[in-house]
Amino acid sequence: MNPLWTVAKRELASFFDSLIAYILLIIFLVFCGLFTWLYGSDIFLVGQASLQAFFSIAIWVLLFFIPALTMRMIAEEKRNGTIELLLTKAVSDRQLVTGKFLACLLLVIIALAFTLPYYISVSMLGDVDHGAVWCGYLGLILMSAAYIAIGLLASSITDNQIVAFLLAIAMGVVFMLLLGFIGNGLPGILGETLSYLDFRGHFGSMARGVIDTKDVIYFLSVTALGLLLTEVSISRLRA
Amino acid sequence: MNIKIQNLTKRYGVQKAVDDISFEVKTGEILGFLGPNGAGKTTTMKLITNFLEVQEGDISIDGKSIKNHAETLKRHIGYLPEHNPLYIDMGVLDYLGFCAALQQVPKQAIPERIREMVRLCGLDREKHKRISELSKGYRQRVGLAQAMIHDPKILILDEPTTGLDPNQIVEIRELIRQLGQQKTVILSTHILPEVEATCDRILIINRGKIVADGTSATLRKQAQGKEVLRVRIEDGDSETVFSALQNIYTTELVDILDKGNHLFEVQSVTDMSSKREVFQLCAKNNWVLTEMTPLETKLEDIFRDLTLN
Repeated sequence: MNPLWTVAKRELASFFDSLIAYILLIIFLVFCGLFTWLYGSDIFLVGQASLQAFFSIAIWVLLFFIPALTMRMIAEEKRNGTIELLLTKAVSDRQLVTGKFLACLLLVIIALAFTLPYYISVSMLGDVDHGAVWCGYLGLILMSAAYIAIGLLASSITDNQIVAFLLAIAMGVVFMLLLGFIGNGLPGILGETLSYLDFRGHFGSMARGVIDTKDVIYFLSVTALGLLLTEVSISRLRA
Repeated sequence: MNIKIQNLTKRYGVQKAVDDISFEVKTGEILGFLGPNGAGKTTTMKLITNFLEVQEGDISIDGKSIKNHAETLKRHIGYLPEHNPLYIDMGVLDYLGFCAALQQVPKQAIPERIREMVRLCGLDREKHKRISELSKGYRQRVGLAQAMIHDPKILILDEPTTGLDPNQIVEIRELIRQLGQQKTVILSTHILPEVEATCDRILIINRGKIVADGTSATLRKQAQGKEVLRVRIEDGDSETVFSALQNIYTTELVDILDKGNHLFEVQSVTDMSSKREVFQLCAKNNWVLTEMTPLETKLEDIFRDLTLN
């Protein structure tokens, strides 16, 4: 077995062993459910058979959910010294980072899978644009991947989980709010570039059912860049 | 596998933790790494296991430099780090399985390897517990077990017996001795009898430099030079005995250790022995010689000599 899967498997097992997974899943579902069905501009208020309400709340819940997953990933290993154990085994830094990344992504996918009943309920209420829903889910997964990579980077530059958590949220706020906000306010190429880097713009078009390769490539490149920088940050431990 | 270390230097800022050291270890050899705290033992081990990157000098294992072949070489190294970090929320068996898989032990061979390690390290009664429930000694055994799980050709053990009780220490030493017959073992410790008991060769390192290298016998010989005897001579006046001892031509220095008990320490001139002379002196004066013990230079003394300045 590729050591990458060994690492991913252990991380997943440790999520479920330590109750972290259950607590986070419950919180995720409570928040998403609340705002999708009961509160604010929920489905009944909008009166359309679509999951727009869910998608627009899900990204904000993920803003907190994902840092809570990623914060301990590397910071805890550094604090406990177990990073020495991992780095001296027959695992490359890349396999290590990718394994941890996959474990987080899988947990996010599990969380999203629990929201499929929303989809089923809505589709019973009215005529749903099925393409848009799947597209939205794909968008959520891609955005989560990018955000997980950012969270791992945050976790790799400190040995304090709280710092890693806050740092990841700060970077999340930059990508979800600030870039778009500043980008819209600035004229010309600079404004456009900043708006382009915003998560919500790319996710928004996917949630409406438009798959543009540009959006996919954007999220994939942020993911790759985040993972690469995490790898660099880990390799600096060796210096 | 043979490990060859050439001109290895490791800097932390301006301070050199390891300063231009070179040595070789061969298969079947157990090398004891000795030195005061902060001497560079752990750093050297971290460099060999590639936790730290080699920047100056080189480490090669069977002729392959660790700089270019780290990924393949790591598979042959078993490493017990200094503070024995463990995933304490894992079960013992799960943890060993995880380490085996990481070291790419074939899947079907893993259960057998785990059984073997549980047996070797005496973990049978604790194997179903979580690591967090284990005492320090058992955690240390788990640490040893994970280091050996993939049957590595090289074992790097940073203070392997810390936290073990005397019986366990004896067992672990015996285990290391056995393993050392086919493997290359480097272990660090600051427990001096431990190196004497387990190691074929001793390397004393101080402030990043090697200050002594050899078997405990050769180190002793180097440091010893002069014979020192502890003698107890009864039935004579201490002062008289003292001056008589001083007058023997082979003695250089005589010390009264304990007047009431008639204990003296006699140091001979270099390359001379005073044993026979002391005996004859007693016979001549009708004194009774009740004790004569040659004092070996202890490893402790050599260690202190080499590392204190």
